[in-house]
Amino acid sequence: MDEKERENRGLALDRRTFLRSGAAVGALAAGAGAARAEGEPDPLITEVQYWANGWGDGVDASPYGLPIEFESDVIRRNVPWLTADVISSINFTPIHALDGTITPTGCAFERHHSGAIELKKEDYRLMINGLVDQPLVFTYEDLERFPRVNRTFFLECAANSGMEWAGAQLNGVQFTQGMIHNMQYSGIPLRTLLEEAGLSNIGDIKDKWVYVEGADASSNGRSIPLEKALDDCLVAIKANGEALRKEHGYPVRLCVPGWEGNMWVKWLRRIEVTDQPVQSREETSKYTDTLADGTSRKWTWVMDAKSVVTSPSPQMPITHGKGPLVITGLAWSGRGAITQVDVSLDGGKSWKVARLAEPGVAMAMSRFYLEIDWQGEEMFLQSRAHDDTGYVQPTKTQLRAIRGENSVYHNNAIQTWWIKSNGEAENVEVS
Amino acid sequence: MSKFRDLVIAAGGLAVLALPAHAEKLGLGRAALPEEIAAWTVEVFPDGTNLPEGSGSVADGEELFSEKCAICHGEFAEGVDNWPKLAGGDGTLADKDPLKTVGSYWPYLSTVWDYAHRSMPFGNAGTLTVDETYAIVAYIIYSNDLVDDDFVLSKENFLSVEMPNAGGFIVDDRPETEYPEFSKPACMENCKETVEITKRATVLDVTPDVE
Repeated sequence: MDEKERENRGLALDRRTFLRSGAAVGALAAGAGAARAEGEPDPLITEVQYWANGWGDGVDASPYGLPIEFESDVIRRNVPWLTADVISSINFTPIHALDGTITPTGCAFERHHSGAIELKKEDYRLMINGLVDQPLVFTYEDLERFPRVNRTFFLECAANSGMEWAGAQLNGVQFTQGMIHNMQYSGIPLRTLLEEAGLSNIGDIKDKWVYVEGADASSNGRSIPLEKALDDCLVAIKANGEALRKEHGYPVRLCVPGWEGNMWVKWLRRIEVTDQPVQSREETSKYTDTLADGTSRKWTWVMDAKSVVTSPSPQMPITHGKGPLVITGLAWSGRGAITQVDVSLDGGKSWKVARLAEPGVAMAMSRFYLEIDWQGEEMFLQSRAHDDTGYVQPTKTQLRAIRGENSVYHNNAIQTWWIKSNGEAENVEVS
Repeated sequence: MSKFRDLVIAAGGLAVLALPAHAEKLGLGRAALPEEIAAWTVEVFPDGTNLPEGSGSVADGEELFSEKCAICHGEFAEGVDNWPKLAGGDGTLADKDPLKTVGSYWPYLSTVWDYAHRSMPFGNAGTLTVDETYAIVAYIIYSNDLVDDDFVLSKENFLSVEMPNAGGFIVDDRPETEYPEFSKPACMENCKETVEITKRATVLDVTPDVE
């Protein structure tokens, strides 16, 4: 939908932008620091502050804690004009404000097709049927008795950055790259459950599938090659150490490492081994990629290598003036581990190798840093991921040359932030 | 290089430690009963597998669609506001903004039947009877000019309906068309002469306000 169409529908949005709100935040921060007159002692140090002579909260003030009120802007946000209704919609992780690699569960993006349901553990059933020796039904308690593994995976919606295909559109990394999260899952390898049901009569696994579906009204059924199911898929019962949140599929979801988020069926209720794909709504009418000539790619499951600078970025302007500046961001690949991230300050004319905070882990997020001495010069800030297959994140121009501009999904192009001399940042496309 | 090899070996050792020992079956869970399998195994495959006996006419479908679907999808399946358009868009797939509907895009009729029966109406999923589903699907394909107004869709004639875009899909070809191109050594210096801004997000200005 283009802007004119949106305006015609009365959906035109407030014209205030992140730039202005970002600048306002910056001014506040500078104001607090500036309370100290030049050369004078800092009253925050020389005067006793209320937090230093009174009491803070007792234990149990918040039996399950939320972030402190000063961080109340670090929240999931949606784009109202994007979908018809919040019941079947998506929101975005505030990746601009996070660090490290694990996404705090409470702000990890949500995508529902019929809303986030409430399904109790005691009402939970998982069926395995189809071409297995013995169709089985498991309770949640049964699942807890299988040997478990811990794995950290990113989950990226296939539509992440989808609104940016035709041009720079949303001015904030939360909206341009925020349909992603990265969690540590505890769960049972799907292979274990399939083998419990028995695959002795399956024949060649290469032409078999599993059809997975959720317990919600959408069911969000997807067909996955049996080979992938037996390789690394996980039936997760915990994320980041705690029970899955309702919005992430409590009590049980599927992890399909490296593959598009839509396949990670939430409220997982059934796994059927089949000899053909179902060709469900979610794998035909949606999550397929239309090329310039009108033909469409299907089964584009893998999320290719991608990275983005999370700060500075439009929601994270530089407010501290000249001098040391930490550039940071995230990188991930659905085909393996991140081996290198390059950062360009000049829109891709030249690149520096950034520092990976930790060695890359397959199908999990990596954090990168590049520390520079910023002297107020304008920058066209970009990042470029490499994975262990040798793949290098492409530019949008490179992707468009192959796919055209009609795609929605699987946009893993290099992102550009125009950093201005006052520290503000804007989402732009460059030649 | 030896450092790299050591890392690989170390990682391999870790992986072995982290994986549960391969065990015999644990005997957990119970046998699924035929009634239970039947209750949940309702997905319909492109070849008609799992399609139940039944039928429904375009005329009946028109009434049902008006009653149960039109509030979102429009009386003629043309869509309301941002809700999905189910009809139209013929020949638009190569256009700048393709209109993807059942008629212009969906490759299999089974998908329409399956989704309507299982997940629609929105907010009241799973309430359509088998015959109602046939009728509503008949009306949707009628709205796309794929059948005449006296058409009756049934299990028997289901596979005879031709979907215009059935041949419009190819299997993911990125391994051939993209991976070689995007796996060349990366340029680090003097990669291009000039850099000009070609698009700006603040000109479009569709970003939600954070306040």
